[in-house]
Amino acid sequence: MFDAEALIIALTVFVLAIFIGYEVITKVPPTLHTPLMSGSNAISGIVIVGALLVAGQADGLVGQILGAIAVGLAMINVVGGFMVTDRMLKMFRRSGQK
Amino acid sequence: MSTDALFHMNITNVMYIVAAILFIVGLKQLGSPATARNGNRMSSMAMLIAVLATVVGNDIMSWEWIIGGAIVGAAIGAFSARKVAMTEMPQLVAIFNGFGGAASAVIAAGELVRLIDNGADIAEDVSITIMASVIVGGVTLTGSFIAYGKLQGVVPTRPLLLPIRNVINVALLIGMIASTVWLVVDPSMTAFFIAGGIALALGILVVIPIGGADMPVVIALLNSYSGIAGAATGFVLGNNMLIIAGSLVGASGLILTRIMTKAMNRSLANVMLGGFGVEDGAAGSGEEETRPVTSIQPDDAATMLAYAQSVIFVPGYGLAVAQAQHQVRELADLLKEKGISVRYAIHPVAGRMPGHMNVLLAEANVPYDELKDLDEINGEFQRTDVAVVIGANDVTNPSARTDTSSPIYGMPILNVDQAQSVIMMKRGMSSGFAGVQNEMFFLDKTQMLFGDAKDSVEKITSEVKDL
Repeated sequence: MFDAEALIIALTVFVLAIFIGYEVITKVPPTLHTPLMSGSNAISGIVIVGALLVAGQADGLVGQILGAIAVGLAMINVVGGFMVTDRMLKMFRRSGQK
Repeated sequence: MSTDALFHMNITNVMYIVAAILFIVGLKQLGSPATARNGNRMSSMAMLIAVLATVVGNDIMSWEWIIGGAIVGAAIGAFSARKVAMTEMPQLVAIFNGFGGAASAVIAAGELVRLIDNGADIAEDVSITIMASVIVGGVTLTGSFIAYGKLQGVVPTRPLLLPIRNVINVALLIGMIASTVWLVVDPSMTAFFIAGGIALALGILVVIPIGGADMPVVIALLNSYSGIAGAATGFVLGNNMLIIAGSLVGASGLILTRIMTKAMNRSLANVMLGGFGVEDGAAGSGEEETRPVTSIQPDDAATMLAYAQSVIFVPGYGLAVAQAQHQVRELADLLKEKGISVRYAIHPVAGRMPGHMNVLLAEANVPYDELKDLDEINGEFQRTDVAVVIGANDVTNPSARTDTSSPIYGMPILNVDQAQSVIMMKRGMSSGFAGVQNEMFFLDKTQMLFGDAKDSVEKITSEVKDL
């Protein structure tokens, strides 16, 4: 049933997380904006948690297939996002640093 | 709930807190190039912990499908991460955003299937969040694919304006609200599919009228949507981990969107309504340009550079297209050996996504401390002997400061015109994306160097060597 208390808690977490995100990310310098985007792409792969829950709790075949697709899509973001971000960040160096 | 299950649930939640902390600290470390790589590793650790926590705390009934999906996804992700060229980074980010949105929409579908199969009543908040998840996810999916198509040149980059698009958009919005109400009153897959279909159509319609050079804004915004879609999924499943990580991504995308629109002196609404560069461009190209420009050959350009004391390179998207970043770095090294001060001026909207130029130059081994932002470098141009503009146009146009009738009036620009002399490398006399003629071309101090940027820079480099 409609659970007002759980919804309020979820909203609280949501609002606070947005504020933390805002504070932390405004400090990222423009030089790193592309890695920030690909890195946050990887973090949006957190939906893999949701995909696991749906796939793991599915009773029928339809649910399992949907779960597997979601896991696959999320994994592209997670693996691809972190790897490509690392590939970029590896290239950043200071003057005189080899 | 048995004590055993409760115990597992607590472990899961504690692990989620650890993961959330690691995500936040990881993002914080992205605040400096020196710590950024470590930050990215922390975020990936956080992801691993979040996945393990989920597996520990929940009874996963069948593994075959999950493992199958995970292997395929990981392989695709790893392959594209290794193969992608740095010039194509905007396309990769666009398509990853799309997959993220798709995942959220599919999860919402899976959850609805499960709830309907269970036969129990579905609470209103659950139906609404399911709809939010599929709508944001669907818009992100098709919007990102159109953005990818425009960046790749598969979809026409010019703004496509449908005649009755406002009517269509309003109709789609009404349909969306109606199907949401339907799902809340009487949960069925039909209502879900209608909402999903509308979201997919809306994603296409929202991005197609936006011009190619506005894509940095669109990608940043879709980046934010993919995070918000994730957070919405968190509401569906009552999972704080999803809400926290999704919000972080949502905030990041919104901040970048704002930085981009500010750097173009446009509002987000103005970008999203699209059509920029169509009407204005047509008017601008109406009159034939007859004013004379001074052109220069690579050997003269080499002399100018070799006898300068300070040089600023101003790279734009043209540099990426010509793949000239390595040649530019070689030339810069040569000039530095001669004791000339060399710096790079990077406009926030140079390139096709935020920070794109910085990555391209980092790839060519340009140290990041030589790359200067607009605010850092603008005061330096008047003390600079030669500014070399490579494939940048609108961001150097002085009419943005002076001509109130110009479509780019008010846009912050690099003060290239204040340098003692300017070399502009261009293929031809075409105007920039905004469709306005660049007043820079006609200044007495400006020398035009026509031709392919890579070619020209190579020639200059060999001439400088011979001097």
